Amino acid sequence: MNAYDLPNKEGHFGPYGGIFVSETLISALEDLRKQYEFYRDDPEFKAEFAYELKHYVGRPSPIYHAKRWSEHLGGAQILLKREDLNHTGAHKINNTIGQALLARRMGKKRVIAETGAGQHGVASATVAARYGMECVVYMGSEDVKRQATNVYRMKLLGATVVPVESGSKTLKDALNEAMRDWVTNVENTFYIIGTVAGPHPYPMMVRDFQAVIGNEAKVQMLEDFNRQPDALIACVGGGSNAIGLYYPYIDDANVRLIGVEAAGKGIDTNQHAATLSTGKPGVLHGNRTYLIQDENGQIIETHSISAGLDYPGVGPEHAWLKDCGRAEYVAITDDEALEAFHTLCRFEGIMPALESSHALAYAAKYAPTLPKDKLLLVNLSGRGDKDMATVAQMSGLTL
Amino acid sequence: MSFIKNLMNIFGSQDDAEKINRISKVFAALKKHNRKALIPFITAGDPNPQITVQLMHQMVQSGADIIELGVPFSDPMADGPTIQRSSERALKHHVSLKGVLDMVSEFRKTDTATPVVLMGYANPVEAMGFAVFAAKAKDCGVDGVLIVDYPPEESAEWVQCLEQQEIDAIFLLSPTTPQERIAQVAKMARGYVYYVSLKGVTGASHLDLQDVGAMLTQLRQHISLPIGVGFGIRDGATAKAVAGLADAVVVGSRIIEEIEKSAETELLSNVGSLIGTLRKAIDEN
Repeated sequence: MNAYDLPNKEGHFGPYGGIFVSETLISALEDLRKQYEFYRDDPEFKAEFAYELKHYVGRPSPIYHAKRWSEHLGGAQILLKREDLNHTGAHKINNTIGQALLARRMGKKRVIAETGAGQHGVASATVAARYGMECVVYMGSEDVKRQATNVYRMKLLGATVVPVESGSKTLKDALNEAMRDWVTNVENTFYIIGTVAGPHPYPMMVRDFQAVIGNEAKVQMLEDFNRQPDALIACVGGGSNAIGLYYPYIDDANVRLIGVEAAGKGIDTNQHAATLSTGKPGVLHGNRTYLIQDENGQIIETHSISAGLDYPGVGPEHAWLKDCGRAEYVAITDDEALEAFHTLCRFEGIMPALESSHALAYAAKYAPTLPKDKLLLVNLSGRGDKDMATVAQMSGLTL
Repeated sequence: MSFIKNLMNIFGSQDDAEKINRISKVFAALKKHNRKALIPFITAGDPNPQITVQLMHQMVQSGADIIELGVPFSDPMADGPTIQRSSERALKHHVSLKGVLDMVSEFRKTDTATPVVLMGYANPVEAMGFAVFAAKAKDCGVDGVLIVDYPPEESAEWVQCLEQQEIDAIFLLSPTTPQERIAQVAKMARGYVYYVSLKGVTGASHLDLQDVGAMLTQLRQHISLPIGVGFGIRDGATAKAVAGLADAVVVGSRIIEEIEKSAETELLSNVGSLIGTLRKAIDEN
């Protein structure tokens, strides 16, 4: 078998990915691709990225053996890759640092970003402050209401938060608006996309920046456990934390790759965000991928308790990994995720993000079916402090 | 034998193309009289599906040469607020791609001459399937299609499906398009090319006529098709100035604004008189 080398030079992962944008953006994307392909191999760029990840983010993030929880479940051992311990509390910062360093080298003094729950917005505002750049974050007006704390965090960091009133007023509309800003201000502006979606080179570039997760895990597993895990489990909205963990393992055929989507109120209802489990291929936000859409090709509003998974598309590389059978995708409901959230709090003293709780919930189902010597590595992609209001509300409390 | 068959196919299809290609016919006729084309854009189903075909006829009567009919989409990434709102209004009435094609059929019952170009985003045609769409579009009397998020790089199969049905694939060019791409677009483009005269989204202001003129000179070195210019054309004066440079003037957001602010009873006459003003200005150039 040939080593995995996707995307090809047109940005395709099998039939997925590509550059599906208006002519007005083509030259900006071409410029970005060229610059990225130069700097990713530039020793000085690589050294600065590594330095920032170590000293600013606090990497490497440890792998933690959740012994008490594993014992309680009575099957495979559950290991957690602690991305929740990163500065700003999630994996998002790995990517925003990479893109901000590139933006500086391209001479762009203004960065823009889209955000749903606010995590990527906070990570973008953080690096903009760190490097002294202007930052504008687009956020659906519905999300602005739901995520007031993160809106304030971004403002404290000096960013301008623009509520987006069009369409469903959520993440997908924020992405549309950020694209519109970029096409208008492309000369001085760098668009920091927060996940492995969008037109080429974004899915490749974001994956490469997030691959630090999997690269560290490979070394740490050998050091701490003398072997690689039997399966990797990660939540998938756009899919950047999952790809970051999977990518270095794609050629290791005996490591299962399991992506966990948001089943919301159930995948047989119309209130979920399980794109790969229920969607059909189409074109949105610059790439061909699976989409949640109606029979006329209009994009449908999605639902998840976790805003970070509440997106009607998915990264094109996941679409390909699904079709070629390398990765498998399952779905976890709001209720199951919420239960996993509480369980991890009580058994391990770790409060996970609701996004990551989907991966945990699947691990809790899967582990008991396996013998005790199997190892499941779950990407704990973010911490749950941001979700306390949501969890309290679901439990009938107001804070 | 197969050589002769191929030869006959080639001649046959050329003959057919001449018979039905309304776009090239219109441009040829205008050229003869040294006139420029006026191409208005409206979104199908805005403000309601019942009025669209009447609006199309009204625009033709008031001086439109070709009609660009927008297919509404839930995520119109390349459009400014005005066209976004028009798409949202149409989608409230559940206007689908199939519904838009039906409107073109209806229009063709009484107008077999005016070219109709569909303009929209990829996903509705992805959902219908290229071949199914192209065959239906042909049956309904569509002459050209511009899909904003199908750049030439991703369009090989798409263009092939349209060509099989003798529908023109219209492509965009922008101020940021480099020289070598202009030649590439020129190879794939049919009917006319649409030069987006501004960076940014539809509905933006500030049109620099000097820049447009310089760019059109460059474009004409590679492109023999007629060139339409759009984005930023808001009144008779800019329409007239652009008509002095380009082969066609495309007006979108300004017409949508007129639709937006008109009471339903005055909508047809208001849009008609706007088109009339633009027509007059273009013919003065």
